[in-house]
Amino acid sequence: MARIVNFDLRYPLMEAGLESPVDEEGVHDSFNQLIAEQSQNGGLDALELQELQRELDEEGRDNVAYLSSPGHDYGRRQERWEAEREDDGRQTDSLAGERWSSATLKILSSMPSRTIGRSRGAIISQYYNRTMQLRRRRQSRPSIRDFSRSARPSIRGYGMEGDTTDSEGAELRKREHLVNNLQNLSVSDRVRMLRGMPLSVAEKSELRMQAMQKEQRRHSGRQIPCCSRLKYYIIIAVRQSWYSWLSFIHSLQLWQVALKRVSGRFGTGVLSYFLFLKTLLFFNLFLFLVTGAFLVLPQAVHPPLFSQGRPSFSGLELLTGAGYFSDSVMYYGYYSNYTLRKSCRVDTGGQNMSISNGTGMDCPSKRHSYNMPMAYFFTIGVSFFITGIILVYSMSKSFGQSFRIDKSHSILAMKVFCSWDFKVLKKSSVKLMSENICTQLKELLAEVNHKHVKNTVCQKLWRLTVHGIAWTICIASTTGCVIGIYYFSEHMHQNLRLFSRNTHQNPLLKEASMLALPVVVSVINLLLPGLFNAAAWMEDYDSPSVRTYVAIGRNLMLKVSVLGVLCYHWLGRVAADPASINLTCWEDFVGQELYRFLIMDFIFTLLDTLFGEFLWRLFSEKGLKRRRRPVFDIARNVLDLIYGQTLAWLGVLFTPLLPAVQILKLLLLFYIKKGSVMMNCQAPRKPYRVSQMTTIFITLLCIPSFIGASVCVTYTMWSITPSSSCGPFRQLKTMFQAGKRWVEELEKDNPSLSMLARAHAYLVENPFFLFVGAGIFLIVIYFHSQVVDGQRKIISLLQEQIENEGEDKKFLITRLQSIHEQKRTPTRRLTSQDSTC
Amino acid sequence: MLHGRYRELAPHLVPLDYTNNPDIRVPLTLIITMPELKENPFRDRIVETFSEDGHGNLTFNDFVDMFSVLCETSPRELKTIYAFKIYDFNRDNFICKEDLEKTLNKLTKGELTPEEVTLVCDKAIEEADLDGDNKLSFADFENMISKAPDFLR
Repeated sequence: MARIVNFDLRYPLMEAGLESPVDEEGVHDSFNQLIAEQSQNGGLDALELQELQRELDEEGRDNVAYLSSPGHDYGRRQERWEAEREDDGRQTDSLAGERWSSATLKILSSMPSRTIGRSRGAIISQYYNRTMQLRRRRQSRPSIRDFSRSARPSIRGYGMEGDTTDSEGAELRKREHLVNNLQNLSVSDRVRMLRGMPLSVAEKSELRMQAMQKEQRRHSGRQIPCCSRLKYYIIIAVRQSWYSWLSFIHSLQLWQVALKRVSGRFGTGVLSYFLFLKTLLFFNLFLFLVTGAFLVLPQAVHPPLFSQGRPSFSGLELLTGAGYFSDSVMYYGYYSNYTLRKSCRVDTGGQNMSISNGTGMDCPSKRHSYNMPMAYFFTIGVSFFITGIILVYSMSKSFGQSFRIDKSHSILAMKVFCSWDFKVLKKSSVKLMSENICTQLKELLAEVNHKHVKNTVCQKLWRLTVHGIAWTICIASTTGCVIGIYYFSEHMHQNLRLFSRNTHQNPLLKEASMLALPVVVSVINLLLPGLFNAAAWMEDYDSPSVRTYVAIGRNLMLKVSVLGVLCYHWLGRVAADPASINLTCWEDFVGQELYRFLIMDFIFTLLDTLFGEFLWRLFSEKGLKRRRRPVFDIARNVLDLIYGQTLAWLGVLFTPLLPAVQILKLLLLFYIKKGSVMMNCQAPRKPYRVSQMTTIFITLLCIPSFIGASVCVTYTMWSITPSSSCGPFRQLKTMFQAGKRWVEELEKDNPSLSMLARAHAYLVENPFFLFVGAGIFLIVIYFHSQVVDGQRKIISLLQEQIENEGEDKKFLITRLQSIHEQKRTPTRRLTSQDSTC
Repeated sequence: MLHGRYRELAPHLVPLDYTNNPDIRVPLTLIITMPELKENPFRDRIVETFSEDGHGNLTFNDFVDMFSVLCETSPRELKTIYAFKIYDFNRDNFICKEDLEKTLNKLTKGELTPEEVTLVCDKAIEEADLDGDNKLSFADFENMISKAPDFLR
C-alpha cells in the first residue's frame, strides 16, 4: 500500500493502522466510546481486519492509476466520487460520519494530525525532530528567534509513530534521543525549546536535569587539565550569577503593580499608552546616562576657568530655564573648547586659557586629558546613532509581529478567538467587553450579508463633499495657526531686539515675556485636535480604524508643521544673526527655548488632564446626571508623548541635561495620568487593535520624530556657525570641523595615520558616498520586497495543496468505509443464513 | 509565591510542606475564585485543560503548569497549543461547530440570537478550515492564529 500513496513515505499508515492504536494516555473520550460501541455491535473485529487488509491489497493494485496523481486528475476523481456517491446512498460527505467501523475509527484516531499535543510520546518525537532540525540549521544561519516567534506557521516534523510494537521501549529511546539533542544545543536554544514544549513542568524539569547531568558527566569524563577546569568553573559561575541578576532585574520591573491594575480595568489599549511611556523613559534614561557620563560629569568636575557671575536663584528659572541656570552645566555655553587636563591649572591668565586649543601646555600628566570638543561631538553623534538603531530594530520587530503577509479572510474567525482581552479583570469592564464583541460580530455579519450595497452616485458625491469640507477645515486651521506662529515668533524677535537696546527693562519681565511663544504653541496643540475631532464627527467612515488613522494623520500634520516653523525660527532667524538681539551665545538661547517648550507642554498636559477628564467627569455626573465618563483618547495622548520626545531630541545638542528634565516629566506624567485614568475615565467603547497601533506609534516615533530631530541636529552641526564666544566649538566654522581638526592633529602627531585622514576626507566629506549609501539601501529594500512577494505566492500554493490533501483524505476514508461495508454485508448475510438454517 | 497563592485557595487542604510531594488536589470550585480567573468566561475550561484528571482538580504541579503557560512571557506557540485544547470542548482534537457555538456563547454571554450564532460559526469555519472537513484541526487553528497579531492572554 505504501507504494501507491503520494504522501510522504514516512507514513506507513495503512500498515500501522491495522495494528492496535498506540496506547495513548489522552485518547479522546468520544472515540473511545464509539470504538467500544462498535465492537459491541460487531464482534467480528479480527475477521474484519484481516479481510480489510486483503481487500486493501487488492484494491491497492487496482487503483494505482487513478490514485497516483490526485492533484492533477481532480476532475476525474470528482466524477468518480460522484459516481460512488450515487452507488452508495449511505455515504456521507463530511467526515463527521456516524457509522464508521472500528477499523476506520482506529485508523482515524492514530492519524498524526490528531495526535499532536495529546500524548507524551507524540510530543517527544515531535520535539526530537525539531531539535534535529535545529541542530542542522545551526550550521547555517537562521536563529531560533525566527522559529518560535515569527508570523509564519510553524514547520512541523511529524513524529514517526510507525514502530509501535514496542511502545514503551520506543518512547524511552525517543526520550534518550531528545535529551541528547537538547544537550547539544546551546543553552539559550535549549531553554527556548524547553519553554515551548507543551509538557507539564515536572517533565520539563526532568528533561532539563537529564540534559544537564549528561553534560556534566561528559565534561568530567574527559581528562581536563586543571587550568581549563578552572576556566569552566569560572564560566559556569559567571553564567549562574548572570541568570540570577537577570531574574532579580525582572522582579524589580518598574511599575508592574500599577500597570497590572490599569490593564485589569481598561484592557490592553490603555495599557499600551503606559507601556509606550515606559519605553520613552528608557530611551531618555539611556541618553541621560551617556551625556551625563561623558559630558556633564567631566565638565562639572573641571569648571571652566573664565565664567561670569550668575544671577541669584529666583523661582522663575524652573519655568524659563534662564537666570540661575543660564551659565551652568545645563547649557551648551558652559562647555569648554579645550582639552581638560587634571592637574595643571594655571590660575592667572584666565583669558588666555579660554581661547587656547588644547595644544601643549607644558603639563606632565598627559593621561588625564579629555578633549572636550571631540567628546561633545562624538557623544551626541554616537548617542543619536545608537538610539536610531534601537528604534529601527524595535520598529521592525513590531512590524514583524503585527503586519501579516497574507492578510485576506479569516476576519470572523479571528474575532471569535482573538478579540477577548484576557487581561481585564473587573466585572463591569468584562461586561463592557463582551457587549463590545457582540456589537462587532453583529456589524461584521451585517457587512458580510449586505456586502453589495451600492451607493448611488448622489450619495457618493455627498460623502465626498463632506470629506472635502472636513479636510479643508483641518488644513485651513493648521495653515492659519502655523502662519500665526510664524508672525508671532517674528514679533517676539523684534521685541527682543527692542529689549536688547533698552537695558532699563526689568530682566524678570523680559524673561517672563519669553514664555509667550511656548504658551501660544501649547494652546494651539491643545485646542486644534478638538477641532479636528469635531470635523471628523460629521464625517462618515467605512470602518473605525480608518477614522483613527485619519485622526492621527491630521494631528501629525499639525505637529510636524508647528515644529517645522519653530525650527526655522531658531535655526534660520536666531542662529543666523544672533548679534541683532544682543546674544553672545545663541545655542544657549535655543536650549533655553526648548526647555521652556518642554515645561509648558507638561503644564498644559496637566491642565488638559484636569479639565478634560476630572472636571468633565464631575460635570457629567453631577450636572448632566449621566453615568458616562469620558473616554481616554489613546491616540491623542500618544502623539503628545511623541511631540515631547521630539523636543527632547532636538534639544540634546544644546542642552545636555534635557533628557534628565524629560525623565522627570515622564515620571510625573505616569503617576498623574494613571491616577486620572483610574478615577475619571471608563474603558474605551470602540475596538482598538493594539499591536497594529503600537507598531504605528513606534513608526511615528522613528520616522517623523527621530529622523526629523536628527536631520535638524545634523544640519546644525554641518552648516551653522557656532557662536564665537561660548561653547566647545567656538571659533570653528562649523561644529563638524572639530572632527576634521582632530584627524589633522592625529595625522600631525602620527604620520602613519595619514591613511585615516585621507579616508576621512573621502568618505565623510564627499557627498558621493551618501548617494552610494542611499543607493545600496534602496537595493536592499527592493530585494526584501521581492522576497516577501515570493513568500506570498508560496503561501497560496501551499494552501491549495492543503485543500487537495484534505480532499484526498476524505476520499480515502470514505472509500475505506465503503469497502468495509461491502465486506460486512455478505458476511452478515452468510451468518443470518446460517442461523436460519 | 505560587505556593502561597495555591495554599490560600484551600488552607485546610494544602500543607505548607511539599517535600514529600503529597497528592493533594484543589477542586475546581475553589480555583475559579482566583481574581485572575473569576471573570474569565473560559475559566472552567482552562482549569479542566490543565488538570490531570480532566475534571478540574489541580495538583500543585498542574497549578504551576497553568500559570507558566498563561503568563505573558511564555512563547506564542505554547499558548496556541493550549488555547486549542481549551476551545475544544468535547476533546476530540478538533474544534467542531458545537465547540465554536459554545465558545461564542461564553464570549457574548447570550447576547446574540441563535440564528446569528449559527451564522457566525458557519462563516468562521468556512474562513479558517483549510482541508475542507468542516472542522478546525490544530493546523487550521494555528494558521489562523498566526495571522492574528492580537492573540494575547
